[in-house]
Amino acid sequence: MKKNMTQFIGFSSVYLATVITLFLLGMIVYFIAAKGFSVLDWEFFTEVPKRGMTEGGVAPAIVGTFYLTIGAIVFALPLGLACAIYLCEYSPKGIVVNVIRMSIYNLAGVPSVVFGLFGLAVFVKYFGFGVSILSGSLTLGIMALPRIIASSEEALLAVPQSYREASLAVGATHWQTIKKMVLPSALPGILTGVILSIGAVAGETAPILFTAATFYTRGYPDSVFSEVMALPYHIYALMTEGTHPAEQTEIAYGCSLILLFLVFAISAVAIFFRYRQRIVHE
Amino acid sequence: MNNEMVRIKAENVNFYYGQKQALKNISLDVYQNKVTALIGPSGCGKSTFIRLLNRMNDLVPRTRVEGNIFLDNVDINRGQIDVVDLRRRVGMVFQKPNPFPKSIFENLNYGLKVNGCKNRAEREKKIISALQKAALWQEVKDRLNESALGLSGGQQQRLCIARCLAVNPEVILFDEPCASLDPISTRYIEELILELKRDYTIVIVTHNMQQAARISDFTAFLYLGELIEFGLTEKIFTVPTQKMTEEYLSGKFG
Repeated sequence: MKKNMTQFIGFSSVYLATVITLFLLGMIVYFIAAKGFSVLDWEFFTEVPKRGMTEGGVAPAIVGTFYLTIGAIVFALPLGLACAIYLCEYSPKGIVVNVIRMSIYNLAGVPSVVFGLFGLAVFVKYFGFGVSILSGSLTLGIMALPRIIASSEEALLAVPQSYREASLAVGATHWQTIKKMVLPSALPGILTGVILSIGAVAGETAPILFTAATFYTRGYPDSVFSEVMALPYHIYALMTEGTHPAEQTEIAYGCSLILLFLVFAISAVAIFFRYRQRIVHE
Repeated sequence: MNNEMVRIKAENVNFYYGQKQALKNISLDVYQNKVTALIGPSGCGKSTFIRLLNRMNDLVPRTRVEGNIFLDNVDINRGQIDVVDLRRRVGMVFQKPNPFPKSIFENLNYGLKVNGCKNRAEREKKIISALQKAALWQEVKDRLNESALGLSGGQQQRLCIARCLAVNPEVILFDEPCASLDPISTRYIEELILELKRDYTIVIVTHNMQQAARISDFTAFLYLGELIEFGLTEKIFTVPTQKMTEEYLSGKFG
Protein backbone atom coordinates (compact mmCIF):
# COMPACT_ATOMS: atom_id res chain seq x y z
CA MET A 1 0.00 0.00 0.00
CA LYS A 2 2.79 2.36 0.96
CA LYS A 3 4.63 1.51 -2.27
CA ASN A 4 1.60 2.40 -4.37
CA MET A 5 1.14 5.65 -2.48
CA THR A 6 4.76 6.62 -3.16
CA GLN A 7 4.27 5.81 -6.80
CA PHE A 8 1.09 7.88 -6.95
CA ILE A 9 2.86 10.89 -5.43
CA GLY A 10 5.78 10.42 -7.82
CA PHE A 11 3.62 10.26 -10.92
CA SER A 12 1.45 13.14 -9.75
CA SER A 13 4.41 15.44 -9.23
CA VAL A 14 5.99 14.81 -12.64
CA TYR A 15 2.57 15.23 -14.23
CA LEU A 16 2.05 18.47 -12.36
CA ALA A 17 5.50 19.75 -13.40
CA THR A 18 4.63 19.11 -17.02
CA VAL A 19 1.32 20.90 -16.70
CA ILE A 20 2.97 23.91 -15.07
CA THR A 21 5.59 24.10 -17.82
CA LEU A 22 2.96 23.91 -20.55
CA PHE A 23 0.90 26.51 -18.74
CA LEU A 24 3.84 28.91 -18.57
CA LEU A 25 4.56 28.46 -22.27
CA GLY A 26 0.92 28.99 -23.07
CA MET A 27 0.88 32.11 -20.91
CA ILE A 28 3.81 33.61 -22.78
CA VAL A 29 2.25 33.01 -26.15
CA TYR A 30 -1.18 34.20 -25.05
CA PHE A 31 0.14 37.30 -23.30
CA ILE A 32 2.33 38.40 -26.19
CA ALA A 33 -0.35 37.61 -28.75
CA ALA A 34 -3.11 39.41 -26.83
CA LYS A 35 -1.06 42.53 -26.34
CA GLY A 36 0.69 42.56 -29.69
CA PHE A 37 -2.00 41.45 -32.06
CA SER A 38 -3.83 44.78 -32.14
CA VAL A 39 -0.93 46.66 -33.72
CA LEU A 40 -0.37 44.10 -36.46
CA ASP A 41 -1.55 45.31 -39.82
CA TRP A 42 -0.12 45.58 -43.30
CA GLU A 43 1.51 48.90 -42.47
CA PHE A 44 3.29 47.40 -39.46
CA PHE A 45 5.15 44.97 -41.72
CA THR A 46 5.89 47.32 -44.59
CA GLU A 47 6.43 50.86 -43.23
CA VAL A 48 9.27 52.59 -41.42
CA PRO A 49 8.61 53.94 -37.89
CA LYS A 50 6.98 57.34 -37.76
CA ARG A 51 6.31 60.13 -35.26
CA GLY A 52 9.04 59.24 -32.79
CA MET A 53 8.36 55.50 -32.86
CA THR A 54 4.69 55.81 -31.98
CA GLU A 55 3.25 55.06 -35.42
CA GLY A 56 4.16 53.42 -38.69
CA GLY A 57 5.76 50.02 -38.95
CA VAL A 58 8.89 48.10 -38.09
CA ALA A 59 9.85 46.91 -41.56
CA PRO A 60 13.50 48.04 -41.26
CA ALA A 61 13.89 45.98 -38.09
CA ILE A 62 12.48 42.88 -39.79
CA VAL A 63 14.79 43.41 -42.74
CA GLY A 64 17.73 44.06 -40.41
CA THR A 65 17.15 40.88 -38.43
CA PHE A 66 16.88 39.00 -41.71
CA TYR A 67 20.23 40.35 -42.97
CA LEU A 68 22.01 39.77 -39.67
CA THR A 69 20.79 36.19 -39.46
CA ILE A 70 21.67 35.36 -43.06
CA GLY A 71 25.08 36.97 -42.59
CA ALA A 72 25.75 34.98 -39.42
CA ILE A 73 24.85 31.68 -41.08
CA VAL A 74 26.81 32.42 -44.25
CA PHE A 75 29.84 32.96 -42.05
CA ALA A 76 29.28 30.22 -39.46
CA LEU A 77 27.96 27.34 -41.56
CA PRO A 78 30.98 26.69 -43.79
CA LEU A 79 33.39 27.30 -40.95
CA GLY A 80 31.49 25.16 -38.46
CA LEU A 81 30.82 22.34 -40.90
CA ALA A 82 34.46 22.22 -41.97
CA CYS A 83 35.49 22.15 -38.34
CA ALA A 84 33.07 19.31 -37.58
CA ILE A 85 34.34 17.33 -40.58
CA TYR A 86 37.90 17.76 -39.36
CA LEU A 87 37.05 16.72 -35.80
CA CYS A 88 34.92 13.79 -36.84
CA GLU A 89 36.56 12.45 -39.99
CA TYR A 90 40.15 13.60 -40.20
CA SER A 91 41.62 14.37 -36.81
CA PRO A 92 43.79 11.77 -35.14
CA LYS A 93 41.75 10.46 -32.23
CA GLY A 94 43.30 11.39 -28.93
CA ILE A 95 43.59 13.82 -26.09
CA VAL A 96 44.43 16.87 -28.23
CA VAL A 97 41.25 16.59 -30.26
CA ASN A 98 39.21 16.10 -27.12
CA VAL A 99 40.69 19.30 -25.69
CA ILE A 100 39.85 21.14 -28.92
CA ARG A 101 36.32 19.76 -28.83
CA MET A 102 35.81 20.73 -25.19
CA SER A 103 37.08 24.24 -25.89
CA ILE A 104 34.66 24.68 -28.76
CA TYR A 105 31.73 23.38 -26.73
CA ASN A 106 32.68 25.66 -23.85
CA LEU A 107 32.36 28.61 -26.21
CA ALA A 108 28.64 27.88 -26.14
CA GLY A 109 28.57 28.74 -22.45
CA VAL A 110 30.10 32.20 -22.82
CA PRO A 111 27.46 34.85 -21.98
CA SER A 112 26.19 36.57 -25.09
CA VAL A 113 27.05 40.06 -23.83
CA VAL A 114 30.70 38.98 -23.70
CA PHE A 115 30.48 38.07 -27.37
CA GLY A 116 29.03 41.53 -27.90
CA LEU A 117 32.01 43.18 -26.23
CA PHE A 118 34.40 41.00 -28.19
CA GLY A 119 32.66 41.99 -31.42
CA LEU A 120 32.93 45.64 -30.47
CA ALA A 121 36.64 45.37 -29.74
CA VAL A 122 37.61 43.23 -32.70
CA PHE A 123 35.21 43.78 -35.61
CA VAL A 124 33.94 47.28 -34.90
CA LYS A 125 37.19 48.85 -33.68
CA TYR A 126 40.20 46.73 -34.62
CA PHE A 127 39.10 45.72 -38.12
CA GLY A 128 37.29 49.03 -38.48
CA PHE A 129 34.02 47.57 -39.78
CA GLY A 130 32.15 50.04 -37.56
CA VAL A 131 28.73 49.41 -36.11
CA SER A 132 27.42 47.49 -39.11
CA ILE A 133 25.67 44.43 -40.49
CA LEU A 134 29.11 42.91 -41.07
CA SER A 135 30.27 43.31 -37.48
CA GLY A 136 26.94 42.08 -36.11
CA SER A 137 26.80 39.09 -38.43
CA LEU A 138 30.33 38.03 -37.55
CA THR A 139 29.62 38.34 -33.83
CA LEU A 140 26.37 36.38 -34.12
CA GLY A 141 28.15 33.87 -36.33
CA ILE A 142 30.78 33.19 -33.67
CA MET A 143 27.98 32.67 -31.19
CA ALA A 144 26.31 30.18 -33.50
CA LEU A 145 29.54 28.28 -34.22
CA PRO A 146 29.62 25.91 -31.23
CA ARG A 147 26.04 24.86 -31.80
CA ILE A 148 26.60 24.31 -35.52
CA ILE A 149 29.78 22.33 -34.87
CA ALA A 150 28.16 20.21 -32.17
CA SER A 151 25.08 19.36 -34.21
CA SER A 152 27.10 18.73 -37.38
CA GLU A 153 29.46 16.46 -35.51
CA GLU A 154 26.56 14.59 -34.01
CA ALA A 155 25.04 14.15 -37.45
CA LEU A 156 28.35 12.95 -38.90
CA LEU A 157 28.88 10.47 -36.06
CA ALA A 158 25.39 9.10 -36.65
CA VAL A 159 26.38 7.99 -40.17
CA PRO A 160 27.08 4.26 -39.83
CA GLN A 161 30.76 3.33 -40.06
CA SER A 162 29.72 0.60 -42.50
CA TYR A 163 28.91 3.26 -45.14
CA ARG A 164 32.43 4.63 -44.87
CA GLU A 165 33.98 1.17 -45.04
CA ALA A 166 31.85 0.18 -48.02
CA SER A 167 32.77 3.36 -49.85
CA LEU A 168 36.49 3.01 -49.19
CA ALA A 169 36.33 -0.68 -50.14
CA VAL A 170 35.27 0.14 -53.71
CA GLY A 171 38.25 2.44 -54.10
CA ALA A 172 36.82 5.82 -53.14
CA THR A 173 39.24 8.26 -51.56
CA HIS A 174 38.67 9.52 -48.05
CA TRP A 175 37.51 12.86 -49.46
CA GLN A 176 35.15 11.25 -51.99
CA THR A 177 33.72 9.17 -49.17
CA ILE A 178 33.05 12.25 -47.07
CA LYS A 179 31.67 14.31 -49.93
CA LYS A 180 29.52 11.74 -51.67
CA MET A 181 28.57 9.34 -48.91
CA VAL A 182 28.94 10.78 -45.42
CA LEU A 183 27.77 14.37 -45.98
CA PRO A 184 24.61 13.47 -47.94
CA SER A 185 23.66 10.99 -45.22
CA ALA A 186 24.33 13.53 -42.48
CA LEU A 187 22.66 16.45 -44.26
CA PRO A 188 19.23 16.34 -42.60
CA GLY A 189 20.87 16.29 -39.17
CA ILE A 190 23.21 19.11 -40.06
CA LEU A 191 20.35 21.20 -41.44
CA THR A 192 18.32 20.64 -38.29
CA GLY A 193 21.18 22.04 -36.21
CA VAL A 194 21.69 24.96 -38.55
CA ILE A 195 18.03 25.88 -38.54
CA LEU A 196 17.84 25.75 -34.76
CA SER A 197 20.86 28.02 -34.53
CA ILE A 198 19.19 30.41 -36.97
CA GLY A 199 16.31 30.56 -34.53
CA ALA A 200 18.65 31.31 -31.64
CA VAL A 201 20.67 33.89 -33.57
CA ALA A 202 17.58 35.75 -34.79
CA GLY A 203 16.48 36.43 -31.25
CA GLU A 204 19.82 37.45 -29.75
CA THR A 205 20.08 41.00 -28.45
CA ALA A 206 23.35 41.40 -26.56
CA PRO A 207 25.76 40.47 -29.36
CA ILE A 208 24.32 43.11 -31.69
CA LEU A 209 23.91 45.73 -28.99
CA PHE A 210 27.33 47.30 -29.61
CA THR A 211 28.12 45.84 -33.02
CA ALA A 212 25.22 46.32 -35.40
CA ALA A 213 21.97 47.61 -34.02
CA THR A 214 20.60 51.09 -33.80
CA PHE A 215 17.30 52.45 -32.56
CA TYR A 216 16.26 54.20 -35.71
CA THR A 217 17.30 54.33 -39.35
CA ARG A 218 15.57 56.52 -41.84
CA GLY A 219 15.42 53.79 -44.48
CA TYR A 220 16.89 50.42 -45.28
CA PRO A 221 20.57 49.41 -45.11
CA ASP A 222 22.43 49.87 -48.40
CA SER A 223 25.63 47.93 -47.70
CA VAL A 224 27.15 45.50 -45.21
CA PHE A 225 28.72 48.51 -43.51
CA SER A 226 25.36 50.09 -42.66
CA GLU A 227 24.07 49.98 -39.14
CA VAL A 228 20.65 48.41 -38.92
CA MET A 229 17.54 48.14 -36.88
CA ALA A 230 16.85 44.64 -35.57
CA LEU A 231 13.75 43.19 -33.92
CA PRO A 232 15.21 42.10 -30.57
CA TYR A 233 17.10 45.34 -30.07
CA HIS A 234 14.11 47.34 -31.23
CA ILE A 235 12.02 45.80 -28.48
CA TYR A 236 14.69 46.68 -25.94
CA ALA A 237 14.98 50.23 -27.23
CA LEU A 238 11.21 50.79 -27.33
CA MET A 239 10.94 49.79 -23.69
CA THR A 240 13.88 51.83 -22.39
CA GLU A 241 14.10 54.94 -24.56
CA GLY A 242 11.78 57.45 -26.19
CA THR A 243 9.10 59.73 -24.86
CA HIS A 244 5.81 57.90 -25.45
CA PRO A 245 5.95 54.79 -23.27
CA ALA A 246 2.33 53.74 -23.76
CA GLU A 247 2.36 53.68 -27.57
CA GLN A 248 5.89 52.30 -27.68
CA THR A 249 4.98 49.39 -25.40
CA GLU A 250 2.23 48.31 -27.81
CA ILE A 251 4.67 48.32 -30.70
CA ALA A 252 7.18 46.37 -28.62
CA TYR A 253 4.57 43.65 -28.10
CA GLY A 254 3.91 43.63 -31.82
CA CYS A 255 7.61 43.15 -32.47
CA SER A 256 7.75 40.38 -29.88
CA LEU A 257 4.91 38.59 -31.57
CA ILE A 258 6.67 38.75 -34.92
CA LEU A 259 9.92 37.50 -33.37
CA LEU A 260 8.12 34.70 -31.58
CA PHE A 261 6.37 33.66 -34.75
CA LEU A 262 9.67 33.76 -36.64
CA VAL A 263 11.43 31.49 -34.16
CA PHE A 264 8.50 29.06 -34.02
CA ALA A 265 8.35 28.91 -37.79
CA ILE A 266 12.08 28.20 -37.97
CA SER A 267 11.80 25.46 -35.36
CA ALA A 268 8.89 23.95 -37.25
CA VAL A 269 11.10 23.64 -40.32
CA ALA A 270 13.76 21.92 -38.18
CA ILE A 271 11.22 19.50 -36.78
CA PHE A 272 10.04 18.74 -40.28
CA PHE A 273 13.61 17.88 -41.36
CA ARG A 274 14.15 15.69 -38.33
CA TYR A 275 10.89 13.90 -39.01
CA ARG A 276 11.84 13.23 -42.62
CA GLN A 277 15.25 11.98 -41.55
CA ARG A 278 13.60 9.52 -39.20
CA ILE A 279 11.43 8.21 -42.02
CA VAL A 280 14.44 7.71 -44.28
CA HIS A 281 16.23 5.73 -41.58
CA GLU A 282 13.35 3.38 -40.87
CA MET B 1 50.29 -27.10 -54.56
CA ASN B 2 53.43 -25.08 -54.97
CA ASN B 3 53.22 -24.57 -58.70
CA GLU B 4 50.04 -22.51 -58.24
CA MET B 5 50.45 -18.80 -58.67
CA VAL B 6 50.65 -16.85 -55.42
CA ARG B 7 48.73 -13.56 -55.49
CA ILE B 8 49.04 -12.53 -51.86
CA LYS B 9 51.92 -13.48 -49.62
CA ALA B 10 51.89 -12.68 -45.90
CA GLU B 11 55.23 -12.95 -44.12
CA ASN B 12 55.63 -12.85 -40.35
CA VAL B 13 52.69 -10.52 -39.83
CA ASN B 14 52.14 -9.16 -36.33
CA PHE B 15 49.25 -6.87 -35.57
CA TYR B 16 48.46 -4.83 -32.49
CA TYR B 17 45.38 -3.05 -31.19
CA GLY B 18 47.12 -0.61 -28.85
CA GLN B 19 49.19 -2.83 -26.56
CA LYS B 20 47.24 -5.97 -27.32
CA GLN B 21 48.73 -8.27 -29.93
CA ALA B 22 45.98 -9.68 -32.13
CA LEU B 23 48.06 -11.53 -34.73
CA LYS B 24 51.28 -13.38 -34.03
CA ASN B 25 53.75 -14.07 -36.76
CA ILE B 26 51.29 -15.09 -39.47
CA SER B 27 52.71 -16.32 -42.76
CA LEU B 28 50.47 -17.67 -45.48
CA ASP B 29 49.99 -17.61 -49.23
CA VAL B 30 46.81 -16.90 -51.16
CA TYR B 31 46.67 -18.58 -54.54
CA GLN B 32 45.24 -17.24 -57.75
CA ASN B 33 41.72 -18.42 -58.64
CA LYS B 34 41.42 -20.38 -55.43
CA VAL B 35 39.21 -19.94 -52.41
CA THR B 36 41.20 -19.57 -49.22
CA ALA B 37 39.16 -19.93 -46.03
CA LEU B 38 40.17 -18.56 -42.64
CA ILE B 39 38.54 -20.44 -39.79
CA GLY B 40 38.82 -20.39 -36.03
CA PRO B 41 36.86 -19.49 -32.92
CA SER B 42 35.69 -15.91 -32.21
CA GLY B 43 38.51 -13.54 -31.41
CA CYS B 44 41.15 -15.68 -33.11
CA GLY B 45 42.12 -12.85 -35.44
CA LYS B 46 40.69 -14.11 -38.70
CA SER B 47 38.69 -10.94 -39.41
CA THR B 48 41.62 -8.81 -38.31
CA PHE B 49 43.82 -10.65 -40.78
CA ILE B 50 41.48 -10.36 -43.75
CA ARG B 51 41.07 -6.62 -43.07
CA LEU B 52 44.83 -6.23 -43.38
CA LEU B 53 44.71 -7.42 -46.96
CA ASN B 54 42.92 -4.26 -48.17
CA ARG B 55 44.21 -2.13 -45.29
CA MET B 56 40.74 -1.63 -43.82
CA ASN B 57 42.38 -1.66 -40.39
CA ASP B 58 43.89 1.72 -41.24
CA LEU B 59 40.54 3.11 -40.11
CA VAL B 60 40.93 1.70 -36.61
CA PRO B 61 42.84 4.12 -34.38
CA ARG B 62 45.94 3.04 -32.45
CA THR B 63 46.72 -0.05 -34.45
CA ARG B 64 50.08 -1.20 -35.75
CA VAL B 65 51.15 -3.80 -38.28
CA GLU B 66 54.54 -5.47 -38.54
CA GLY B 67 55.89 -7.85 -41.17
CA ASN B 68 55.12 -7.86 -44.87
CA ILE B 69 52.05 -8.47 -46.98
CA PHE B 70 52.75 -8.68 -50.68
CA LEU B 71 50.19 -8.38 -53.45
CA ASP B 72 51.88 -9.50 -56.67
CA ASN B 73 55.24 -8.99 -54.96
CA VAL B 74 54.53 -5.40 -53.95
CA ASP B 75 54.45 -4.72 -50.22
CA ILE B 76 51.03 -3.15 -49.58
CA ASN B 77 52.11 -1.46 -46.35
CA ARG B 78 55.13 0.35 -47.73
CA GLY B 79 55.90 3.51 -49.68
CA GLN B 80 54.90 3.25 -53.32
CA ILE B 81 51.48 1.66 -52.93
CA ASP B 82 48.34 3.74 -53.47
CA VAL B 83 45.94 2.48 -50.81
CA VAL B 84 42.92 3.72 -52.78
CA ASP B 85 43.97 1.68 -55.80
CA LEU B 86 44.75 -1.30 -53.53
CA ARG B 87 41.19 -1.26 -52.24
CA ARG B 88 39.82 -1.12 -55.76
CA ARG B 89 41.93 -4.16 -56.71
CA VAL B 90 41.18 -6.02 -53.48
CA GLY B 91 37.42 -5.76 -53.02
CA MET B 92 35.58 -6.57 -49.83
CA VAL B 93 32.20 -7.96 -48.83
CA PHE B 94 31.34 -7.38 -45.20
CA GLN B 95 29.77 -9.45 -42.47
CA LYS B 96 26.56 -7.48 -42.36
CA PRO B 97 25.14 -6.51 -45.75
CA ASN B 98 25.89 -2.79 -46.00
CA PRO B 99 24.33 -1.39 -49.15
CA PHE B 100 24.39 2.38 -49.42
CA PRO B 101 21.06 4.05 -48.60
CA LYS B 102 20.58 4.72 -52.30
CA SER B 103 18.91 3.02 -55.24
CA ILE B 104 20.08 -0.38 -56.44
CA PHE B 105 21.53 1.27 -59.53
CA GLU B 106 23.33 3.97 -57.55
CA ASN B 107 24.92 1.38 -55.27
CA LEU B 108 26.93 0.13 -58.23
CA ASN B 109 27.16 3.43 -60.06
CA TYR B 110 28.95 4.97 -57.06
CA GLY B 111 32.05 2.81 -57.28
CA LEU B 112 32.35 3.36 -61.01
CA LYS B 113 32.02 7.13 -60.63
CA VAL B 114 34.58 7.44 -57.85
CA ASN B 115 36.97 5.44 -60.00
CA GLY B 116 36.59 7.95 -62.82
CA CYS B 117 34.37 6.07 -65.27
CA LYS B 118 32.84 9.09 -67.01
CA ASN B 119 30.80 7.45 -69.77
CA ARG B 120 27.26 6.68 -68.60
CA ALA B 121 26.57 4.02 -71.23
CA GLU B 122 29.75 2.23 -70.25
CA ARG B 123 28.79 2.42 -66.59
CA GLU B 124 25.36 0.97 -67.32
CA LYS B 125 26.95 -1.91 -69.20
CA LYS B 126 29.27 -2.67 -66.28
CA ILE B 127 26.44 -2.39 -63.77
CA ILE B 128 24.27 -4.86 -65.65
CA SER B 129 27.19 -7.23 -66.06
CA ALA B 130 28.06 -7.05 -62.36
CA LEU B 131 24.45 -7.70 -61.33
CA GLN B 132 24.37 -10.70 -63.66
CA LYS B 133 27.61 -12.09 -62.25
CA ALA B 134 26.22 -11.68 -58.73
CA ALA B 135 23.09 -13.63 -59.77
CA LEU B 136 20.87 -10.70 -58.87
CA TRP B 137 19.95 -9.28 -62.26
CA GLN B 138 16.76 -11.32 -62.78
CA GLU B 139 15.41 -10.21 -59.41
CA VAL B 140 16.15 -6.50 -59.69
CA LYS B 141 16.14 -5.62 -63.37
CA ASP B 142 12.70 -3.99 -63.13
CA ARG B 143 13.40 -2.07 -59.93
CA LEU B 144 16.88 -0.62 -60.39
CA ASN B 145 15.74 2.78 -59.16
CA GLU B 146 14.20 1.48 -55.96
CA SER B 147 16.05 1.75 -52.66
CA ALA B 148 18.54 -1.02 -51.97
CA LEU B 149 17.32 -1.08 -48.40
CA GLY B 150 14.06 -2.63 -49.62
CA LEU B 151 15.84 -5.83 -50.70
CA SER B 152 15.96 -8.93 -48.50
CA GLY B 153 19.11 -9.65 -46.50
CA GLY B 154 20.37 -12.23 -48.99
CA GLN B 155 19.64 -9.93 -51.93
CA GLN B 156 21.41 -7.07 -50.15
CA GLN B 157 24.49 -9.22 -49.70
CA ARG B 158 24.47 -10.19 -53.37
CA LEU B 159 24.09 -6.49 -54.18
CA CYS B 160 27.20 -5.83 -52.08
CA ILE B 161 29.00 -8.54 -54.05
CA ALA B 162 27.83 -6.91 -57.28
CA ARG B 163 28.99 -3.51 -56.01
CA CYS B 164 32.39 -5.02 -55.40
CA LEU B 165 32.48 -6.74 -58.83
CA ALA B 166 31.48 -3.57 -60.68
CA VAL B 167 34.84 -1.92 -60.09
CA ASN B 168 36.64 -4.95 -61.49
CA PRO B 169 38.72 -6.20 -58.56
CA GLU B 170 41.31 -8.96 -58.78
CA VAL B 171 40.94 -10.35 -55.28
CA ILE B 172 37.69 -10.45 -53.27
CA LEU B 173 37.68 -10.63 -49.50
CA PHE B 174 34.58 -12.04 -47.84
CA ASP B 175 34.37 -11.30 -44.12
CA GLU B 176 31.80 -13.81 -42.80
CA PRO B 177 29.42 -12.97 -45.67
CA CYS B 178 26.70 -15.36 -44.53
CA ALA B 179 26.79 -14.60 -40.81
CA SER B 180 23.45 -12.80 -40.90
CA LEU B 181 21.76 -14.83 -43.64
CA ASP B 182 19.30 -17.72 -43.65
CA PRO B 183 20.38 -21.15 -45.01
CA ILE B 184 18.88 -20.64 -48.46
CA SER B 185 20.52 -17.25 -48.96
CA THR B 186 23.72 -18.79 -47.64
CA ARG B 187 23.55 -21.50 -50.29
CA TYR B 188 23.13 -18.86 -53.02
CA ILE B 189 26.19 -17.00 -51.80
CA GLU B 190 28.25 -20.19 -51.59
CA GLU B 191 27.32 -21.19 -55.14
CA LEU B 192 28.17 -17.68 -56.22
CA ILE B 193 31.60 -17.81 -54.60
CA LEU B 194 32.35 -21.07 -56.43
CA GLU B 195 31.35 -19.35 -59.68
CA LEU B 196 33.46 -16.31 -58.96
CA LYS B 197 36.67 -18.17 -58.28
CA ARG B 198 37.06 -18.78 -62.00
CA ASP B 199 37.67 -15.08 -62.49
CA TYR B 200 38.84 -13.90 -59.08
CA THR B 201 41.06 -14.87 -56.20
CA ILE B 202 38.97 -15.27 -53.07
CA VAL B 203 39.67 -15.10 -49.36
CA ILE B 204 36.80 -15.85 -47.00
CA VAL B 205 36.51 -15.64 -43.26
CA THR B 206 33.91 -18.02 -41.94
CA HIS B 207 32.63 -19.13 -38.62
CA ASN B 208 31.13 -22.16 -40.22
CA MET B 209 33.49 -25.11 -40.67
CA GLN B 210 31.15 -26.91 -43.06
CA GLN B 211 31.11 -23.83 -45.23
CA ALA B 212 34.89 -23.82 -45.40
CA ALA B 213 34.84 -27.51 -46.29
CA ARG B 214 32.22 -26.96 -49.01
CA ILE B 215 33.72 -24.03 -50.87
CA SER B 216 37.41 -23.58 -50.11
CA ASP B 217 40.51 -24.99 -51.71
CA PHE B 218 42.82 -23.93 -48.91
CA THR B 219 42.07 -23.54 -45.24
CA ALA B 220 43.92 -21.65 -42.55
CA PHE B 221 43.08 -22.39 -38.94
CA LEU B 222 43.79 -19.56 -36.53
CA TYR B 223 43.66 -19.71 -32.78
CA LEU B 224 44.35 -16.81 -30.39
CA GLY B 225 46.13 -14.84 -33.08
CA GLU B 226 48.34 -17.68 -34.22
CA LEU B 227 48.19 -19.63 -37.44
CA ILE B 228 47.93 -23.21 -36.21
CA GLU B 229 47.69 -24.91 -39.56
CA PHE B 230 47.42 -23.97 -43.21
CA GLY B 231 47.02 -26.23 -46.22
CA LEU B 232 44.71 -27.84 -48.73
CA THR B 233 41.18 -27.95 -47.36
CA GLU B 234 40.74 -31.67 -48.02
CA LYS B 235 43.89 -32.41 -46.03
CA ILE B 236 43.05 -30.10 -43.14
CA PHE B 237 39.61 -31.62 -42.83
CA THR B 238 40.69 -35.27 -43.21
CA VAL B 239 44.23 -35.59 -41.92
CA PRO B 240 45.11 -32.45 -39.94
CA THR B 241 48.72 -32.43 -38.73
CA GLN B 242 48.01 -30.45 -35.57
CA LYS B 243 46.12 -31.91 -32.65
CA MET B 244 44.45 -28.56 -32.02
CA THR B 245 43.06 -28.39 -35.55
CA GLU B 246 41.60 -31.85 -35.15
CA GLU B 247 40.01 -30.93 -31.85
CA TYR B 248 38.51 -27.73 -33.25
CA LEU B 249 37.14 -29.47 -36.33
CA SER B 250 35.61 -32.22 -34.26
CA GLY B 251 33.90 -29.66 -32.04
CA LYS B 252 35.92 -30.21 -28.86
CA PHE B 253 36.17 -26.42 -28.49
CA GLY B 254 34.86 -23.48 -30.44
